[in-house]
Amino acid sequence: MTDAADALIAVRGLGLERGGKALLADLDLDIAAGHLVLIEGPNGSGKTTLLRSLAGLSRLGLSGRIEARCDELLYLGHRAGIKQLLTPRENLAWACRSQGWDPVHIDSALDRVGLSGRADLLCQHLSAGQQRRVNLARLHLSFDARHKRSLWLLDEPFTAIDRGGVAALTDTMAQQVRRGGAVVLTSHQDLPLDIPLRRVVLGGGR
Amino acid sequence: MSNQPPALGAFLGASLRRQLLLAYRRPVDTINPLLFFLLVVTLFPLGIGPDPAQLAEFAPGILWIVALLASLMAAEGMFRQDYEDGSLEQLLLSPQPLYLASLTYTAAHWLVTGVPLTLLSPLFATMLQLPVAALPVLLLSMALGTAILSLVGSIGAALTVSLKRGGMLISLIIVPLYIPVLIFAAGAVRFAAEGFDPAPQLLLLAGMLSLAVALAPFAISAGLRISVDAG
Repeated sequence: MTDAADALIAVRGLGLERGGKALLADLDLDIAAGHLVLIEGPNGSGKTTLLRSLAGLSRLGLSGRIEARCDELLYLGHRAGIKQLLTPRENLAWACRSQGWDPVHIDSALDRVGLSGRADLLCQHLSAGQQRRVNLARLHLSFDARHKRSLWLLDEPFTAIDRGGVAALTDTMAQQVRRGGAVVLTSHQDLPLDIPLRRVVLGGGR
Repeated sequence: MSNQPPALGAFLGASLRRQLLLAYRRPVDTINPLLFFLLVVTLFPLGIGPDPAQLAEFAPGILWIVALLASLMAAEGMFRQDYEDGSLEQLLLSPQPLYLASLTYTAAHWLVTGVPLTLLSPLFATMLQLPVAALPVLLLSMALGTAILSLVGSIGAALTVSLKRGGMLISLIIVPLYIPVLIFAAGAVRFAAEGFDPAPQLLLLAGMLSLAVALAPFAISAGLRISVDAG
């Protein structure tokens, strides 16, 4: 355990209840710079709800304390946050404005997720995997913005991503962690990573 | 802390441009309320008889009731797409102030629904034999009134966006709040048509608009947070 004062996000005595059923009880968690945290558990064990709570999106049925002390918090959920009627470039331009990132890096971010030839095509004409990649380009934009205390919350980031994309994505996460940021993700896949991984296993489910 | 705070003006400008671009690429949301307006206004002379004097008497009320229903129709889907594709989550997580973002969304919504309705209202009014002298007041009341309707409608839309069938609920929430607009806006047009001074009603509408601009974004923001939390 790291010192709580140093944590990007500190969770104390977190309890979570949904539909009259306790998903979590008394969870303590410190996520500090350089941490890569994998949240595991069967379907319905509260992984997504925990992630949404950490992001501050979900407060329903929550008890305990969550203190976020990061400069930047990036959440990529099941819903991609991509407008079908905008091009990848237009989508990312708005993301830049809303997060305060420099739009100069959009081209290189699209290039790194393999979409440089499709930057000006409407997203509704892209495949599901390509749309996920538009979303993942946000990670590169966040990385290029060089915020010091940056926390990424990624819900099933590997869904619909091909093998090469998974390798590139894990590489991006490793860079983020080495640079002093932190990553929390949920996944059912094993991560091909050479950096230490913390696991939080949620029980229950069904 | 962050070295450079995100530029607020650039964000609001980009949000407005984005919403207008989306409306441009999906014109059906703009055209539907206008078509609805046209259809209903066409039906009235058939229903109550083509006598110009009688139509002119009812015209202020008819125009404003139809405008209100058209605006209700447009309000319902306002945040639907953003909720379903996850843009709303990203908006709530953005470090930018949600109050101003909500106001920008509503402004964009008014520009693509309220403004076309306002601009076409003299045409519809002529179909209903409203005296030409009342047209400037009609335009002004439409401009003020539809802006209030957009702001109030956004509150209902924000509260019901996570519900599968929120159509009836949104009507129950916002129609009571639409009533003062209907009374004073239709009253202003009637006064103008009958040759009285419509200034008091128009000033009251302007006052309601100021109040709505100041307070509605709080309610919209809170509604959006609740809806995303529950979703």
